Amino acid sequence: MEAYIYDAVRTTRGRGNNKGALLGVTPTHLLVTLLDALRERNNLDTSLVEDLILGCVTQVMDQGANIAKTAAQQSGYGDQLCGVTLNRFCGSGLEAINQAAAYVKSGFKDLLIAGGVESMSRVKMGTDGGAMAMDPAVALPGHFVPQGISADLIASKYGYSRADADLFATISQQRAAQAQAEGRFQKSRIPVTDINGLTVLAHDENIRPGTTPESLGALEPSFTMIGEMGGFDAVALDRYPEVDRIVHIHHAGNSSAIVDGAALALIGNEAIGKKLGIQPRARIRSMAVYGTDPTMMLVGPAPASRLALQKGGMQHTDIDLYEVNEAFAVVPMRFMDDLGVAHEKVNVNGGAIAMGHPLGATGCILMSTLIDELERQNKSTGLITLCIGGGMGIATIIERM
Amino acid sequence: MTHTHFKNHILEYQVDADGIALLTINMENEPTNLFSTEFVQTYVEVAQKAIADPQVKGVIVTSNRKDFMAGADLKFLSNPPTDKAALFSGILQLHGALREVEKGKKPFVAAINGNALGGGYELALTCHYRIAVEDAKIKIGLPETQLGLFPGGGATQRLPRIIGIQNALLIILQAQQLAPKAALSQGLIDATVATPAELIPAAKKWILEIGNAVQPWDNPKHRIPGGGLMTPNGVQTFVGGIGNLRKKTHGHYPGAQYAMSAIHDGIELPIERGLEVEARFFIKAFYSPEAQNLIRTGFFFVNEAKKGKAKPAGFEFYKVNKLGILGAGMMGAGIAYVSAKAGMQVALKDVSQESAENGKAYSAKLLQERVSKGRMTPEAMQSQLDLIVPTEDFQDLAGCDLVIEAVFENPQLKATVTQETEAILGTDNIFASNTSTLPITLLAGASVRPENFIGIHFFSPVDKMPLVEIIVGKKTSERTIAAAVDYVTQIDKVPIVVNDSQGFFTSRVFGTYTGEGALMLEEGVPPIVIENVAKSLGMPVGPLAVTDEVTLTLGIHVMDNIAQKSASTQRIYDLYKKMVTEYGREGKKAGKGFYDYPVGGKKELWPELTSLFHSKLETLDSATVGKRLLHIMSLESYRCLEEGVLRNTKDGDVGSLLGFGFPPYTGGVFSYIDYVGVAQFVADCDDFAQRFGERFQVPASLRERAKAGQSFYSK
Repeated sequence: MEAYIYDAVRTTRGRGNNKGALLGVTPTHLLVTLLDALRERNNLDTSLVEDLILGCVTQVMDQGANIAKTAAQQSGYGDQLCGVTLNRFCGSGLEAINQAAAYVKSGFKDLLIAGGVESMSRVKMGTDGGAMAMDPAVALPGHFVPQGISADLIASKYGYSRADADLFATISQQRAAQAQAEGRFQKSRIPVTDINGLTVLAHDENIRPGTTPESLGALEPSFTMIGEMGGFDAVALDRYPEVDRIVHIHHAGNSSAIVDGAALALIGNEAIGKKLGIQPRARIRSMAVYGTDPTMMLVGPAPASRLALQKGGMQHTDIDLYEVNEAFAVVPMRFMDDLGVAHEKVNVNGGAIAMGHPLGATGCILMSTLIDELERQNKSTGLITLCIGGGMGIATIIERM
Repeated sequence: MTHTHFKNHILEYQVDADGIALLTINMENEPTNLFSTEFVQTYVEVAQKAIADPQVKGVIVTSNRKDFMAGADLKFLSNPPTDKAALFSGILQLHGALREVEKGKKPFVAAINGNALGGGYELALTCHYRIAVEDAKIKIGLPETQLGLFPGGGATQRLPRIIGIQNALLIILQAQQLAPKAALSQGLIDATVATPAELIPAAKKWILEIGNAVQPWDNPKHRIPGGGLMTPNGVQTFVGGIGNLRKKTHGHYPGAQYAMSAIHDGIELPIERGLEVEARFFIKAFYSPEAQNLIRTGFFFVNEAKKGKAKPAGFEFYKVNKLGILGAGMMGAGIAYVSAKAGMQVALKDVSQESAENGKAYSAKLLQERVSKGRMTPEAMQSQLDLIVPTEDFQDLAGCDLVIEAVFENPQLKATVTQETEAILGTDNIFASNTSTLPITLLAGASVRPENFIGIHFFSPVDKMPLVEIIVGKKTSERTIAAAVDYVTQIDKVPIVVNDSQGFFTSRVFGTYTGEGALMLEEGVPPIVIENVAKSLGMPVGPLAVTDEVTLTLGIHVMDNIAQKSASTQRIYDLYKKMVTEYGREGKKAGKGFYDYPVGGKKELWPELTSLFHSKLETLDSATVGKRLLHIMSLESYRCLEEGVLRNTKDGDVGSLLGFGFPPYTGGVFSYIDYVGVAQFVADCDDFAQRFGERFQVPASLRERAKAGQSFYSK
């Protein structure tokens, strides 16, 4: 049995701080906005939707107590709709899609909605604690370092310079600005409105069209202080003695922006589509996750993608377009060098450096962006991959119908 | 009117007419008051008497020894009992008993009259109030993590509940010992008094006027100062604390790690359950080989050596009243400083008066630093300086009990000064050479009294390095050895006695470290890997950096004197030669060696090294790099033992720790073999001999030891 994606939508993304447009909007409201959109766009008989699988990283406060079921209850889809919230860190949104696809492909479920949400302005990253970073029994032997140090470690080990990263970031901004100007996001990007129907945010708030390598050059590196004061540069060198020193190249302008946002995809088998009278837009060809060393935790996309390609019986040259999450500039740069993929095929409409990375949602946002772009360019196959905290990578390969 | 109600060899208990009980600790059978099971049992028994007595309003806990209580009994700690379960329940019983005293509704005051360290301070933490005499010599704190342990008497639970997680972590992980003034400002104690006479009255006053007998953690409204574990402050403290712990220890000090874990896992729990968590981690740390290594070598062996254990029996103490030094260069000037500091008169001779004066100026500089930091009075500085008499005249050496020559490493020059000095010295007096490279027996050839001739090898900088290596020549008498040991103990340094050999013990063994670094570089191991792995194992400086310090030219010079070079030595020699003759890279002094030394900047590995030696990351895994560096030193030390250069393994362990910074958690070069496992060590060396060269060949006796499963220090 095949697993089809019938639709995929995302909200606009607002800056994830006290000045962000979506600060006053709860993550439940973001999700209900998208659930409404899916119902309307597909004239959906919501009583047939069995489960809502959501990725969300910081599952406390607004996002605590199973936000998937919370949103399901609020959606009006009917009491039959269940909800489960999962956490595979930055891979959560894609993991939700992959789990939904696995349910469908196995025949256990017919129709689900999968995606993710993160209101980073309302629920601060890291406020859920956790042993990985702060339990000495785990963090000391694990050579834990914050992700920014990992990113700078990759740059130091593989020789990516500050100028390389700033150039990549500039291109991300330019591509996103052009895509937004040309209306490429209009198809699946849902504006956020308030309870009165008034528009709260109609575009992606973080795009900065005027960005240049020179303007980025003025920014201070973000992780120099924590590398020194927190001892983490030394931790990284203990684990990677071949590295001379940690060169801090990442800053706010060449790392993913902290934003609020949500995304959802409607996933089901062939029969349910016929029954509902909706056309599949893509099918899931293969998927993989792959673990790497936790200290250099952000190099997972390449091995995860290789595994997904292998499971799909494909070569990387079979892929028409890639979406590689821009957690830090060095992540897609390393991915392209590792797999030998040209920048022309990767993140053609920009990425998280320009538009932001609402942790739990991003995997599904990239899905929605990729399907739209495959359709626009009339191309066939696409690969989505994200680096993941703790040393993981996730990849999904789709084929347009 | 005061009644004594109890007195034994541990403490005395009296109650005065106002109903104030005085519990005075005096452990008559011990050198000082020590925290032990027997102590706690007696203490609790007496404390319960006070709690039960309706006449008693409160209890003052103090001591009539120099220390309030100096810590735990290391004799016990160096010998862990076999039954961990019994130890665990024993610790819980002690905690339970002390908790009963805390909850007994009678105020207890710790009146801290002297050092309250480790278990002593933890006892004070079980009291409801702490007062100390404001005497800068008194130390209060928790030094345990220095020994690989952590405060297992409740401090990981009580201290953070009083002063907050972040501050408590700093005190515990940095093994801080604070003077009362600082202890008060940090919140370790509640009050100070100016003089000892005011101590008991102040404690009594607090009991009568305040007398709050509820510990903070027994108050249901208590909150951890600065916030609990899951507050931004708590999270930041732990996340950053763990990073810094690895930065400092590279993960080799389980005591510090487990102390952190005890706080992390226990701080949010009811105090009893927190103490239980602490007990589990304490036992884990206590039994760790690292802690046992640190206690055995770092405490017991070093202390024995410092007391002059190496001194041959049957000789009276050889007091050095006047010391002569030949050569007022860096070494001579340093020896003058440490000797004058010990109260000796010093005749500091050089070829010119000016050079001799320069040598004395070095002491003035060091002393001035102490004065400006307020650690010394200008008067004391002057009287110490007055002890050093710079001179260019051999006659000023008359009356010296000991003369140490520290002239250039030139046998001819040394022979001349030996003869000129001996003409002035009394026949009973000792002549010593501070040579670091020349055989003592060779130098003694110039002496008319070779039985009085000995090597006293200081390390640089003399004022900081605690070790002194005493080298016995073929004809050196036992009496001379005894005198040299006595001199070293007088200047408060740690002597080890070794027999004559090329490089003696320390330089010979350390040479294998620098040599192994050079060989790996030649084999294609990236130089940064060699350096970083060495440091991550706990060596203070990487082998290439330290080679630069002593210069490659000196290395070449030393190897020039070896008639029959082994294949490995030849390779090292060729590499140094290539560096020096082809590339002009002589070492740090020349501004370029394995490293570049940019003026005003940090040293950086010479970028050409990797291409010159075809460095590839795949050449060797970092675990093997690390083992080669440490194994080769231990193996060479074992050869020293077998050849009689070392007289025993303890000297090797102490000498390696204090002389060249062998990582303390290993316990030293011989303890390291035990730490790896003798059989594993031999198997590694066999493997290395095959892959990397003959220098890893294991002596037959060590192989026998491995077969017999015999460690150097039996458990």
